[in-house]
Amino acid sequence: MNLSLNRIKSQNQMTNIYIGSALLILSILDVFLNSFFRINISGSLPGNLSIFFPLILGFLGLSYLRMEYSGYKFLDSLNKNVNTTNFNAFLTLFITFAILKAFPPALSWMVLDANISGDTKEACTGTGACWTYIKVWFKRFMYGMYPNELHWRINSAFLLVIGLGFVGYFFKENLKKYLALYYVIIYPIIAFLIIYYLISGGSFGLVWVETGAWGGLSLTFIVSFFCLIFCFPLGMILALGRRSNLPAIRYISVGYIEFWRGVPLITVLFMSSVMFPMFLPEDFFMDKLVRVIIAITLFEAAYCAEVIRGGLQALPRGQYDAAKSLGMGYWKMHIFVILPQALKLVIPGIANTFLALVKDTPLIFVVGLAEIAGMLALAKTNPKWLGFAMEGYIFAAIIFWIICYAMSKYSYNLEEKYKTER
Amino acid sequence: MNNKIKRILPQLLTILFVVFVFGFFTINAQVNMDNRGIDFGFGFLSQEASFDMQFTLLDYDGQDSYFWAYVVALLNTLLVSFLGIIICTILGVIIGIARLSQNFLIKNSAAWYVEFFRNIPLLLQIFFWYYAALRALPLPENAEPWFGVTYMTIKGYYIPSMIWENLNVFMSCLIAAIVGIIFIRIYAKKIQEKEGKQLPVFYISLALITILPLLSFLIGGVTLDFEIPVLKQLAKTSFIYEGGISLPPELIALVLALSLYTSTFVAECVRAGIQGISKGQKEAAASVGLTPNQILKLVIMPQALRIIIPPTTNQYLNLTKNSSLAAAIAYPDLVLVFAGTALMQTGKAIEIVGITMLTYLSISLAIAALMNWYNKRIEIKEK
Repeated sequence: MNLSLNRIKSQNQMTNIYIGSALLILSILDVFLNSFFRINISGSLPGNLSIFFPLILGFLGLSYLRMEYSGYKFLDSLNKNVNTTNFNAFLTLFITFAILKAFPPALSWMVLDANISGDTKEACTGTGACWTYIKVWFKRFMYGMYPNELHWRINSAFLLVIGLGFVGYFFKENLKKYLALYYVIIYPIIAFLIIYYLISGGSFGLVWVETGAWGGLSLTFIVSFFCLIFCFPLGMILALGRRSNLPAIRYISVGYIEFWRGVPLITVLFMSSVMFPMFLPEDFFMDKLVRVIIAITLFEAAYCAEVIRGGLQALPRGQYDAAKSLGMGYWKMHIFVILPQALKLVIPGIANTFLALVKDTPLIFVVGLAEIAGMLALAKTNPKWLGFAMEGYIFAAIIFWIICYAMSKYSYNLEEKYKTER
Repeated sequence: MNNKIKRILPQLLTILFVVFVFGFFTINAQVNMDNRGIDFGFGFLSQEASFDMQFTLLDYDGQDSYFWAYVVALLNTLLVSFLGIIICTILGVIIGIARLSQNFLIKNSAAWYVEFFRNIPLLLQIFFWYYAALRALPLPENAEPWFGVTYMTIKGYYIPSMIWENLNVFMSCLIAAIVGIIFIRIYAKKIQEKEGKQLPVFYISLALITILPLLSFLIGGVTLDFEIPVLKQLAKTSFIYEGGISLPPELIALVLALSLYTSTFVAECVRAGIQGISKGQKEAAASVGLTPNQILKLVIMPQALRIIIPPTTNQYLNLTKNSSLAAAIAYPDLVLVFAGTALMQTGKAIEIVGITMLTYLSISLAIAALMNWYNKRIEIKEK
């Protein structure tokens, strides 16, 4: 293939460049005009040929352009990056044309023909997306059925919790040793109290809002936040248990971890909603949200434990031996020597677990909690707003994508950071 | 003595704690069930299920038992997982290799594919395909045929079904071909070790696997017919395709979302595996005179697979577990049929959720055991 194409090339490099760029530009122009202005310059060609016409043209153009060294910066980088072989040239053209073809319809659907004004379904007249729907339902997607005039409570609770999370950075040197204590014990308790008193209400003159009304993206944050802070200590205990040399403790930890890792989250949620109430004393009532948080915590703790175990295993044996030779006992050794080092190693892993946790939270929809997927299902079946499923899911997908992408980039940065430090 | 107590006491306390938790739950469960008049037992499994399923692989109707409903639902789950695993492997390998391409465009499109599908929750993806994308398909009467004989409609994907005659002859030919290939591989290895000659194993295998089944058509009396779906009018505005196989939109949405989502993780495994082989290996292999094909086959792939396979199996396992999200779009899988409908009808929460969890658990543990065995086998044995 390569040989036969070389044969049609001219001996003169400049001629090759001129013919190649002319063919390539013509092929791109054809697709461009076709998709943006609906002008089909190759339409007069018979049958299927007009579809493949730009591909063939571009392919010939690129094979004319392929050369060792031309002296033109752009051309050389083109040859080096996207035009190394026939196969590569073909894929390059294919991807370029696919992007060119897909871009105008997507753009006109999302922006040019879309509507955002007004606040009823009738405002959407264009053929594009109806962002009015998102605008009208925005508060519901964010806060669920939480009363509109009380949204400030959720906002301020989140701000407080985030603010307290950063307090650790401002600790003075002499307080630094309490950092772990603060994050592992004090912070979760304070955060829980803030969310309980501020979002739930019921005291300090705040109106009680039952958890059934919570929902939307804020519920995603609440659930993933609590699950994270609770599953971490539990995972730590399990990881230590799995590496313990006491057989009973080891087997129980292994059994626990393997059990939860072996079942899908959805069955765990079913368990929390239909089976768990059977296991509690008769007059004891536990809120559905609490049950779900407990279930997800127990589930994620197993994954957390495996991540932490990885960190414990990565520490060289010498650390254990050195700590023991100083006469440290099991707890002293782990608290002062092993865990501080191991936990530093597993921070990226924990970030990944947390990412998975955030992606799993929409599942609580199946047990009837109106998290963002649940609110979408509700909005979609509202008789006033039928037929906008696409907009809703794209909106939710964009929000989740931004959150998860930012988190995965962050965890990747952490990984890079700790890689160099070691 | 002191040491002994130190060893025994924590274990004893842990066991006591576990026993206490289980005991507490059991007693509560007993009290609760007595109060509600439910008794514990698996007798319900043989009772008539009296609910219908939209999509089944085996024959099933409402008169069959709960146990049969369980089997049929489990098969549906396995079908989704099987299809998902095949598609996600193909996609994942392609994308994983594309991420290592020298071509700037290919590399970046692959990277964006991974970032895009990995960072959207799976449930939202399933919903997107089911409620938004597949709902935009044409009605049966307006559907244009794809590849001439298949129809993609809002009610599902209709494909021709195969009608075999003397299928067993064909199958036995196929099995014979596979057995033959295995023998030839062993023989070729022996020859190579003895005489250093290489047999064209690949071409012989290819010939065997095409010629033997082909012979069964020519001589063995095997025939294959296709039943093509035909549009049929049920009422004035209601059309349906008859004949052939119809894949419901739930299945399509589920398989699409699962395989797109999991393929990103498989792609990362493949990339990591290929990148994990040091350049020195390739250069060393080239310096002893292996051809590029041999380098890939004998040096790179065996080592890369050692890195790729364990995490990829984990992803397959995740896919199988994630297939339980089917319940959210009413595809009749194990969770929806058994932990949903059957539980509502019988009220046997503990038994049914227990069976469901145990089923998934045994699938996971079986695959994990297989994996451990495989890892042991391919482990680099250092002397």
